[in-house]
Amino acid sequence: MPSKNSSQSGGERAAWPLKFGAVGAILFLHVPLWLIFLYAFTTEESAYTFPPPGLTLKWIPQALANPAMQSALYLSIRVAFLATITALVLGTLAAAAVYRYDFFGKESVSFMLILPLALPGIVTGIAMRSAISLIHIPFSFWTIVIGHATFCVVVVYNNVLARFRRSSNSMIEASMDLGANSFQTFWHIVLPNIGTALLAGAILAFSLSFDEVIVTTFTAGNQQTLPIWIFSQMLKPRNRPITNVTAMLVVLITALPILFAQRIVAGSSDSEGGSK
Amino acid sequence: MSASVAIEFKNVSRIFSVKQEDQSGDVKAVENVSLQIRDGEFFSLLGPSGSGKTTSLRMIAGFDRPTSGQILLYGQDVSSLPPYERDVNTVFQDYALFPHMTVGENVAYGLMIKKVSKIECEKRVDDMMDLVQLTGFAGRKPSQLSGGQRQRVALARALINHPKVLLLDEPLGALDLKLRQQMQIELKFIQQRVGITFIFVTHDQEEALTMSDRIAVFNHGRIEQIGTPAEIYEHPITQFVAGFVGVSNLVSGEVAKRITGSDVKFSVRPEKIHLGMLGDKPEADTFIAEGKVRDVIYLGLYTRYLVELDGGGDLVVVEQNLKTTSMDVMQARGQLVRLFWKKEHISYMGD
Amino acid sequence: MLNRISTYFYLRPKVVLALMLLPPMLWFLVVYIGSLITMLINSFFYLDGFTGKVIHEFTLRTYIKLFDPINLQIFGRTTLMAASVTLACIIIAFPLSYFMARFASQRMKTFLYLAVTLPLWSSYVVRVYSWKLILAQEGIISWFARLIHLDWLLQLYLNLPGVGGPSLSISATGIFIVFVYIWLPYMIIPIQTALERVPKSLLEASGDLGATPAQTFRTVLLPLAFPGVVAGSIFTFSLTLGDFIVPQLFGNSSFYIGKAVLTYQGTSGNIPLAAAFTMGPIIIMIVYLLIARRLGAFDAL
Repeated sequence: MPSKNSSQSGGERAAWPLKFGAVGAILFLHVPLWLIFLYAFTTEESAYTFPPPGLTLKWIPQALANPAMQSALYLSIRVAFLATITALVLGTLAAAAVYRYDFFGKESVSFMLILPLALPGIVTGIAMRSAISLIHIPFSFWTIVIGHATFCVVVVYNNVLARFRRSSNSMIEASMDLGANSFQTFWHIVLPNIGTALLAGAILAFSLSFDEVIVTTFTAGNQQTLPIWIFSQMLKPRNRPITNVTAMLVVLITALPILFAQRIVAGSSDSEGGSK
Repeated sequence: MSASVAIEFKNVSRIFSVKQEDQSGDVKAVENVSLQIRDGEFFSLLGPSGSGKTTSLRMIAGFDRPTSGQILLYGQDVSSLPPYERDVNTVFQDYALFPHMTVGENVAYGLMIKKVSKIECEKRVDDMMDLVQLTGFAGRKPSQLSGGQRQRVALARALINHPKVLLLDEPLGALDLKLRQQMQIELKFIQQRVGITFIFVTHDQEEALTMSDRIAVFNHGRIEQIGTPAEIYEHPITQFVAGFVGVSNLVSGEVAKRITGSDVKFSVRPEKIHLGMLGDKPEADTFIAEGKVRDVIYLGLYTRYLVELDGGGDLVVVEQNLKTTSMDVMQARGQLVRLFWKKEHISYMGD
Repeated sequence: MLNRISTYFYLRPKVVLALMLLPPMLWFLVVYIGSLITMLINSFFYLDGFTGKVIHEFTLRTYIKLFDPINLQIFGRTTLMAASVTLACIIIAFPLSYFMARFASQRMKTFLYLAVTLPLWSSYVVRVYSWKLILAQEGIISWFARLIHLDWLLQLYLNLPGVGGPSLSISATGIFIVFVYIWLPYMIIPIQTALERVPKSLLEASGDLGATPAQTFRTVLLPLAFPGVVAGSIFTFSLTLGDFIVPQLFGNSSFYIGKAVLTYQGTSGNIPLAAAFTMGPIIIMIVYLLIARRLGAFDAL
């Protein structure tokens, strides 16, 4: 590491235990995820023996064909899709309002939006459960969506607001100055500039929703989203190999888009950094 | 209204209501300003930050609206027209180039919105790129340009619609000194070529003096003085203008009375004062003061003397180093001197 | 036409603001704040033990129930767990955060940042599930213990009351490990952010003035990293308080707040008690946040 040599003079001694600790923490975070991938291929059906007695690909088609898993996956995708759309609209509106205008209570908007994510999940969950029971709303697909959309708003909001703040203040004014009305300005200038932020926010929101289990437990009734299905499989293991494969699938569905989102956010900040 | 007036302010005020924890109340960003800018003029709004010059510019552009009063563009009241309905374009301080578009697309933006045909559009973009000396840069992204080049793109983009008035909001502020001086000359040249009224906001008095046909000096939301660079410099009518534009000696009270015979406050520029020996005879219509040189600062092109007057008070005197050398001027320290300046070179302060 | 509409709105910024702000605010006020209020209302109702129905009548008896010894125990156990998890997270996070902030090159830092946040965004349930595999009696930990001939030590540890159990995957220790694993990234990022803000010159100055690296660490670095530690602990503490998945999967019969709430609202339909129970973590968190604000933790977020 060149930066280390140039800047650290007395820190060399501390570096070894420190490196050890750092590498240890990273391994601690990642090794369990690797094991998920290993166990998806174990030949064993009813235990978690390590090392696996043998490896096989046979569970993958079986898991993908499992009807309970399929319907849970389908429900999760539909919920995540609608929650993401809702969060996109609400989060972008809130971000635009906070960025463009001064108004009473502006500082508390961010605070309120982050509450559902910052408070323990169980608070949001039981609060919604109380509302459902108090005004006798039947559990449905929509109760899950409403719950998810609520805590997804903030990730879209944060992404879009950060992008607004990084872009030149006067871009909108410049567009109007050159003859574009508000709609043209939105279409030609605002949308292209927040596009990647919207995409990144949408991916994060989708992952968040796709993955959520605590709030969903309280708003889903008897329906099973994919995480809830996995959770129930863990409580009463009926079909471990299929759970193992599904777990791997979920990691891929959530983690890969996030990597992609990181990339587009990082990429667009590079080009913006240049124009500042 | 006669056609030769491009922009007219009629008693324009802009009041912001501020709500903060420590204070609340009204801030008068612009207060009862009246002003006429002539067609084809290079007009500067000069003042320190917070003096109201930028707010005035934003009101001409349409980003802000007057709380009271009217703004006329060639006789038409535009006070409540949105920016896109005013025939006025702006060069922004941070250039505000659209990062997702190429340089060519940036310049063509105004034409694209107006739905000008592709062929004409291309031709006009090429012309503009030539004008600002960026021929061949149309395909690049703004992030690939230097600060000076971005500046030129912003200028081309604002000029392509042939606006009636071009507004420039401290466009040279971010450039280094050399580039800034070069751009000053170029801007002036471009203005003469396109023949459009330029309104230029700056806090740099030298820049304003260099480029402008006329200058309005702003302070605390009001205009202190409007005039040509020479008028502003030679005859500042307020203490603020005398101090903000160039360096001035301000003399008042007893000291003033000893020199001019009246205790009205006046200012005199250091370079107008001639440093002479005690016995030197004054020419006609000259004021005289005597004192002792307290300090000498040799600055190459000229030397600055601080003279302590006999009756109290100091005067700064600047003399070009025509024949003297640093050795000579240093000798002056502690000497008794006689100062002369022409009566027409003082300005009496109204305030 | 569009120009007209645009101009109408341009000249009325307050209308535009209202149109932008109204949908999200309405949503949050009705759906979220509204729900919180119904929770508050519910906590003042009570469940009739005979009919199993919720009686809509203002009463404090549900709250009084919270002070049953068994419920107090639940609060105590959960808070203790949250505190130990937080402490462990700080200890594990600090070296990595410090390395990221001080020693890593820009490329390395980007990589590490991704390495820390990626697990955060990977599926929560699956990450929990992975520990089911690891901690199982036949899993990798036992295998490793046998490999180095320390399985007797593991057995000895599991026999300890309080922390042990039939296997690591059914023990308080198991819950603890999984919590630390799940919330660790929430601690790393704020500490790293706080450390990043410590100017290098400050450390050099301390060294210049004759402090040993250990002294510099204790007297300069640690106090400056403190707001980050507090910010991180808000997450680890709050998230541990409210979780029921992990205790459900790795716990025995002893309840934690989350599990209690889930059980009350689910199997027994006692939503008032579940709601009142939830006030516990809310109050604990409010107190925690107030203290954190005092300590300047919000500057590090």
